[in-house]
Amino acid sequence: MRFGLALLLCLLAAGPAGAETLVASLSTSQVRITSNYTGSQIVVFGAIERDAQTVARAGPYQVVVTVRGPRQAVTVREKSRTGPVWINGPQQKFVQIPAYLGVFASAPIADIATPGQRGRLRIGLQASVNAPDITMDRGTEDDRFREALARLKIKELLFIEDERGTTFLTPSLFRTPVPLPVTAPPGDYEVDVTLFADGVLLARAGTSFEVIKTGFEQRLAEFSTEWAALYGLGTAAVALLFGWLATVIFRRD
Amino acid sequence: MQIYLPIAEMSVSVLLILGMGMAVGFVSGLFGIGGGFLMTPLLIFLGIPPAVAVATQSAQIVASSTTSALAAWRRRALDVKLAGVLLIGGLMGTALGVWFFAAARRAGQLELVIVISYVTLFSVIGGLMLKESIKEFWSTRKGAVRPPRRGGQHPAYMRLPLRVRFYRSKIYVSALPVLGLSLSIGFAGAVLGIGGGFILVPALLYLFRVPTAVVVGTSQFQILWTTLAALVLHAVANQAVDAVLALLLIIGGVFGAQFGARAGRNLRADLFRLLLALLILAVGVRFAVELVVRPTEPFSLVVSEMRE
Repeated sequence: MRFGLALLLCLLAAGPAGAETLVASLSTSQVRITSNYTGSQIVVFGAIERDAQTVARAGPYQVVVTVRGPRQAVTVREKSRTGPVWINGPQQKFVQIPAYLGVFASAPIADIATPGQRGRLRIGLQASVNAPDITMDRGTEDDRFREALARLKIKELLFIEDERGTTFLTPSLFRTPVPLPVTAPPGDYEVDVTLFADGVLLARAGTSFEVIKTGFEQRLAEFSTEWAALYGLGTAAVALLFGWLATVIFRRD
Repeated sequence: MQIYLPIAEMSVSVLLILGMGMAVGFVSGLFGIGGGFLMTPLLIFLGIPPAVAVATQSAQIVASSTTSALAAWRRRALDVKLAGVLLIGGLMGTALGVWFFAAARRAGQLELVIVISYVTLFSVIGGLMLKESIKEFWSTRKGAVRPPRRGGQHPAYMRLPLRVRFYRSKIYVSALPVLGLSLSIGFAGAVLGIGGGFILVPALLYLFRVPTAVVVGTSQFQILWTTLAALVLHAVANQAVDAVLALLLIIGGVFGAQFGARAGRNLRADLFRLLLALLILAVGVRFAVELVVRPTEPFSLVVSEMRE
């Protein structure tokens, strides 16, 4: 609701900028995980339509595509020195972190939007990580943990910011390949496309896709949660069976 | 060749996991230990979530200890009576350990307790064993022959009441120190998240003078039951057992354990003890180094829950 209101305010603030409409579409709405899944790539296509009365803009169109994976709670821990040893010391819990966050822009984000816009619209990794509502702790050393969170997620390829991730095929048609690493978890992924020109937000469009386990992987995962005891006993039985089989195979006498 | 692990939610190389299972299985079959203290860090290093790593590697230990225990049973190198007494003490120790674990966590000192106990345990046991082994090696080299142990020559703790004759192990010992030992191992196992085979083996060897061949079989038999319980409990409580990963580790592990057990049979007893001492000491040193060296990345991430 608050988000919608903020968006509305932005649109109003942009004044006559409502003249453009943005259409976005995905190469697929479902990424299926099978046994040989090693990650995937989906492509966001977009078109900008300008109504006939509007005059052409001085600057070029700029687009930022943001992909947010399912939310998760994450604890960031810092090792600190206690006597002669290093052990986990201070920690901070973040409650609403997207498991995957990809930001793909057509130019450096600092050139596209002002810091205020970035904060309000959550554009760019920096703005998402610095958002006040992602953690409940209000520590004084808050920033260190936010920085560490971004750094570690980037290292795992789960946070990506690419200033040239969106390319214009024609002045009004663009394409954004979104790489999904194998560790990007199953769930719903939101795609948020924002259109800027001359530092003004012109239009915004959203769509989504899902990453799901299929076939054997899906059945096994369901079985392990719904019939946990049976699943545990089954795994144990398999382990015992293989242990016994090995003695039969290797029996010398 | 990559394969997707449905519970760990990531993909791994099939050959790498098979190889790891085989290597750890070999060490486990050779020394009669579970090998969990080697496998868990390896899996976590590959990026498998710690909960899944801890839970799933227990399936491999079940398989490899089944193989070893059955092989020992056939060679009559397994003392079921001794294993039974150890198991009783072990279960009581585990219950105590779980209780202590919760209490320490409430006090917020769990991390420190675990880390310090790891290093102390591994270094002290490994160090003592190494000292003993070197002394033994030295005396054989000088040609000095150790006088064979005479019957009836026992340390005081073996003469406590409730003496039981363990025929297979050729010992006549009070059940109290045996229960006490398994109790403390069960306790340490629950607190540190390890099976305790590497404490049990040297203890049976040095404290109770059980023959090397019987030690390995008996230890594997005891490990089999405790790990089997752990595996089912992990599956029920945490839903963290990845069956695909388990299967790969098992296949690698059972082959490795076979070769390990075979190599163990051809190994001289003094060399066996020296190698085991070095292995335990190496793990202790590894943990100690990790503790005192300034970490390159002081921060770590733990995903505590997923939201739909």
